[in-house]
Amino acid sequence: MSELTIEIDVLRYRPEMDNEPFTQTFEVPYTAEMSILEALQYIKDHLDSTVSFRWSCRMAICGSCGLMVNSVPKLGCKAFLRDYYPQKISLEPLANFPIERDLVVVMDDFIKKLEEIKPYIIPEKEKCLSEGTYQQTPEQMAKFKQFSMCINCGLCYAACPQYALDNKFTGPAALALLARYNRDSRDNGEAERMKIVNQEEGVWGCTFVGYCSVVCPKDVDPAAAIQLLKVESSKDYLIGMFKPD
Amino acid sequence: MSKRKPYIRELPRDWWMKQLFYTKYMIREGSSVLITLYSLILAWGVFRLSQGETAFNGWLEALQNPFAIILHLLMLILALYHTITWFSLAPKAVDLWIKGKKLDDKVIVAAHYGAFAVLTIFCLLIITL
Repeated sequence: MSELTIEIDVLRYRPEMDNEPFTQTFEVPYTAEMSILEALQYIKDHLDSTVSFRWSCRMAICGSCGLMVNSVPKLGCKAFLRDYYPQKISLEPLANFPIERDLVVVMDDFIKKLEEIKPYIIPEKEKCLSEGTYQQTPEQMAKFKQFSMCINCGLCYAACPQYALDNKFTGPAALALLARYNRDSRDNGEAERMKIVNQEEGVWGCTFVGYCSVVCPKDVDPAAAIQLLKVESSKDYLIGMFKPD
Repeated sequence: MSKRKPYIRELPRDWWMKQLFYTKYMIREGSSVLITLYSLILAWGVFRLSQGETAFNGWLEALQNPFAIILHLLMLILALYHTITWFSLAPKAVDLWIKGKKLDDKVIVAAHYGAFAVLTIFCLLIITL
């Protein structure tokens, strides 16, 4: 019995040798349980050990293995060969990011944006440890929980045409994370973060394409976070007209 | 010396043609052009009305032109497309919590269609009565 196989195109780029990326095709044994990430590991172990890609947890927790599968941003560990077989699969590094090597992208800009939105609780006043914990009801937690599920995989940036057209845009994941802290009852940093939200590069850089929420592997729904922040930003503007300070 | 040489891919001009989701988005955005045109034609009608009956009848007659009818059909289709896709996105911009639970998306969408129907009937009544 002959073994079933599937063809996989991988976009290669080796900065020390290549001036631009090129496509290399591999033939990989096919099984229904095999993920794209496992296929890449097969390639690296058996066919070409020079192929570079990022991965760690293999279970959609670490957010390392994001890549374009047939031009759609996916996690390699959460996409399976069976959903493409017998068609050829094309793998490319995440769109809208510079390519470092092969399927590895430079994510510095994304990380910088995550840091910029002050992703930590800014309490009204620092409490001494002896005063106990900051408490929260399940309802208060429900208000932000969804937006806290982000694994920083960057798929939403690869899905965002606004980020592609102008990477000054703060972008989906960073704004969802911002919403997560603004909506936290223990946080009091909203006024500081609204300065980022109100900018043209803040929520107003978003034109509500909505593809970020479609590709998100953790159902964070960054598009919703941004639209809700637009409502807050508008309120902020209106209040500012009557109460400038 | 570092061998790093990050490669930046160009965004193709036809990026929105390569993915159905983006194409649908562009149609939704683009529909505003024809909807603006419709508003202008309507505003022109009001202006002609202010100039008297003959002027207004002239405007009405111009709308009987097959080209005007086709254009209006096209504008209607795009307006409906915009409405339907916009209503389906509406829950993302609504943050209503009742008794500690977020209001179901379906309720928000249904409320939009409900308001749409009520307003349409209201407008029809004003025109016909």
